[in-house]
Amino acid sequence: MEIIIAGCGKIGMEAAANLTLEGHSVTVIDKNPNVLNNIINIYDVMSVCGNAVNYEILSEAGIKNADMFIAVMGSDELNMLSCFAAKNLGVKSTIARIRNPEYNDKSLGFMRQHLGLSMAINPELLAAKEIFNILKLPAAVKTEHFSRRNFEIAELKVTKDSALCGLKLIDMREKFNFSYLVCAIQRGSEVFIPNGNFTIECGDKIGITASAAEIQKLLKSLNYLKKQARNIMILGGSKTAVYLAKMLVNTGNSVKIIDNNPVRCAELSKYLEKVVIINGDGSSRELLLEEGLKDIDAFVSLTGIDEENILISLYASMQNVSKVVAKVNRNELISMADNLGLDSIISQKDITTNILVGYARALENSFGSNVETLYKVMDGKVEALEFNIRPDSKLIGIPLKDLSLKKDTLIAGIMRGRKTIIPNGDDIICPNDKVIVFAANQRLRDLSDILFK
Amino acid sequence: MNRRMIFYTLGKMIKLEAAILVLPLIVSLIYKEPDALSFLITVLISLALGFLLTLVFKSKNKVIYAKEGFAIVALTWITISAVGALPFVISGSIPNYIDAFFETVSGFTTTGASIVKDVTALPHGILFWRSFTHWIGGMGVIVFIMAIVPSLTDRSIHILRAEMPGPIIGKLVPKAKDTAKILYLIYIVITALEFILLLLGGMPVFDSLIHSFGTAGTGGFGIKPNCLQDYSPYCKWVITIFMLIFGVNFNLYYFILLKRIKSVFKNCELWLYLALFVIASAVISFNIYSIYKTVSETVLQSSFQVASIITTTGYSTADFNQWPTLSKTVLLILMFFGGCAGSTAGGLKIQRVVMLYKSVKRELLKMLHPSSVSTVKLDGKSVDNPTLNSTNIYFAIYIGLLFIVFILISLENKFSIETNFSAAVSCFNNVGPGFGTVGPLGNYSAYSGFSKMVLSFAMLFGRLEIYPLLFTLIPSVWTKGRF
Repeated sequence: MEIIIAGCGKIGMEAAANLTLEGHSVTVIDKNPNVLNNIINIYDVMSVCGNAVNYEILSEAGIKNADMFIAVMGSDELNMLSCFAAKNLGVKSTIARIRNPEYNDKSLGFMRQHLGLSMAINPELLAAKEIFNILKLPAAVKTEHFSRRNFEIAELKVTKDSALCGLKLIDMREKFNFSYLVCAIQRGSEVFIPNGNFTIECGDKIGITASAAEIQKLLKSLNYLKKQARNIMILGGSKTAVYLAKMLVNTGNSVKIIDNNPVRCAELSKYLEKVVIINGDGSSRELLLEEGLKDIDAFVSLTGIDEENILISLYASMQNVSKVVAKVNRNELISMADNLGLDSIISQKDITTNILVGYARALENSFGSNVETLYKVMDGKVEALEFNIRPDSKLIGIPLKDLSLKKDTLIAGIMRGRKTIIPNGDDIICPNDKVIVFAANQRLRDLSDILFK
Repeated sequence: MNRRMIFYTLGKMIKLEAAILVLPLIVSLIYKEPDALSFLITVLISLALGFLLTLVFKSKNKVIYAKEGFAIVALTWITISAVGALPFVISGSIPNYIDAFFETVSGFTTTGASIVKDVTALPHGILFWRSFTHWIGGMGVIVFIMAIVPSLTDRSIHILRAEMPGPIIGKLVPKAKDTAKILYLIYIVITALEFILLLLGGMPVFDSLIHSFGTAGTGGFGIKPNCLQDYSPYCKWVITIFMLIFGVNFNLYYFILLKRIKSVFKNCELWLYLALFVIASAVISFNIYSIYKTVSETVLQSSFQVASIITTTGYSTADFNQWPTLSKTVLLILMFFGGCAGSTAGGLKIQRVVMLYKSVKRELLKMLHPSSVSTVKLDGKSVDNPTLNSTNIYFAIYIGLLFIVFILISLENKFSIETNFSAAVSCFNNVGPGFGTVGPLGNYSAYSGFSKMVLSFAMLFGRLEIYPLLFTLIPSVWTKGRF
């Protein structure tokens, strides 16, 4: 597809990278020629320098033949305006990043309709939702829901004292006999889709799919279960913090926000009535301890500086805070933070890009491919795709063990009606099922791609 | 330095060369000439070499940066010339390997400088191969492989940029591969058009093909001892016009296809290029009227030669060696200018000349009004200072290298200054013929082996616009930890 991205900031760049990898033709528009020079050196994209609201600039970028227009410039108003222009110049789908909370209330629906926006994304809100999910889950793991609530993936880190260390997957099945599937294993920078003979090593990160209830049981017997967070401390009064605090307060948690900017603190106290706002330097050990770091259940670090988030989160883990979430935006630092042992890392950039890539795939869907939804798990290295089984599919009626699947692919779940099946080798796929396929190191477009030809 | 990737890509290029060598093989089979064997042997050698390189250097890490791009381009051009020279040696058409290398480099770099004394003695396959190197080299060997092979690397822009002529390289469409495809399609269509028009003018099939290749790549290898003198005025005019067409930035043709006619008319480089052609032809016409007597003949002779030199093709319909000094001087100056950026022509490129002129003007203004601020604009868009600076630096290196080549070939003390200087200028700008001994009816065979190697590298430097080859020849680029 032809995709135009206006604005070449962090998210624009990441989206351009991922969408080119997907095989789309990407054109980026930005005002700053240096940024453009940089991006065309790294990725196979075309660049147009100028204002993305300008008619001539949009035409130069090929707006007339474009299928998708993504506006991720600094200002919400510019994003809306350029999407409006793009829509009227003939783009099929427009997506604008709108992050000002003042637009993210009821007016959003009205504006979306009248500007012809296909989607409005708010990275801060998305990040807040994801952090909320992590906090809500009573374990130190990241979980994600698939299309239905009763199918989840949990990513957990195998620590030294874990019972999983050095266990073969078949043995694990015997020892912990629930209905689940280990669908991906990340070791260092590599990911594997394992088979039964795979041995889990200490330091691995494993992805487990199961129904929500089964996941709870498994985590309990693995001693990963911790009590649900009630007292939460948030460092940095960013937009994400505001969204998150609101959600947490509404579900009856007690929240404390620390920010070192007195003006911002005053603002926060206006928006957030039930939240305790502390004005002070969050990197000061004294302050953190004074505010009860040792007594809280969860610590969320959301300052604008990645390094600060990583280091303070590490400090919080050392103080035995049971759940620590750090916001890290730069890719290089994400893998480093992972290696340092932080278990929950949130990247707005990744969340947003996943949605954009998923949207592009869904759009392509309407041109023939049949990916229903796309999730990226294990730091974006593994894709989980949901496919609809058409009545003419080649996979129907064959026991899974007899299908010759390609390396690094796995059928991790079958959804039949309201039931979720965690499949074993004897299960078969029926027409109108939905299946969830895990794939590492490759990009699937169609369900038949997983078959070994 | 990602050396594995460099040599892996090199292997792919050699395999591609094996594939294109099949074409002259077919030609020689059609004419039932013995040189077929030499092509067959070369195909086998290059296949073996290509597979060896791609197997040995298969690498996981496909990330390349600017310097790898430079190295890939420079090494590719040297290697394909070295391999492409084999058929000449094996078939015995050009027994000396250095001579054959010179001839092949001259072909790929679309120079058209030849060391062959009697062209008519060469078999058809060899003649075809010689001219086909022009056609492939004109648009770029690597651009060609990018158009047909699934993406080599994500960062192919570094290769594209290193191979395509001109100071600013922009892509036509988001994907480098699609850009390469579009360029080659336009190239093929225009070449085919010329071929048909020449056929209609009564030129034999083989001659039409050879001359279409020569014009398209702005090369200039002929197949007659007196080049194009014997063909009809119609054919000469067709070739004149097509030489001019191939000297225009190919992006403009794409704009025409997109019906963006306005941006074509706004292109100041195009207008300057056409103006230069008209003015130079007019000056020369007045100057040579006394030789040719009739107006039509004079205009044809001057236009053809001017078009041939400004696009750095190097075909001739007259021995301009015999022309008055003014005409020769005008031609010599045109050799420096070259065609438009983004065309198949060599030389400095008009766009660079324009940018040089504008930055000189700005500097002079700055001396008069030290606090003045002004922006240099090209086609209505402002050109940033780094681009201007790099153009100035390019010009400095260009002149420096030209002098080095001039001195090196003067070492043998055999030829006049006119011959040596025009040979250096002509090879460095990928024109072909010069003046004196190396004039349109002469050739480069009298130079020593050393001078031929110097001139071969001058041609490569000119075609690749200096940097790729320059960086590849600096040893410290290759050692770890430095640069």
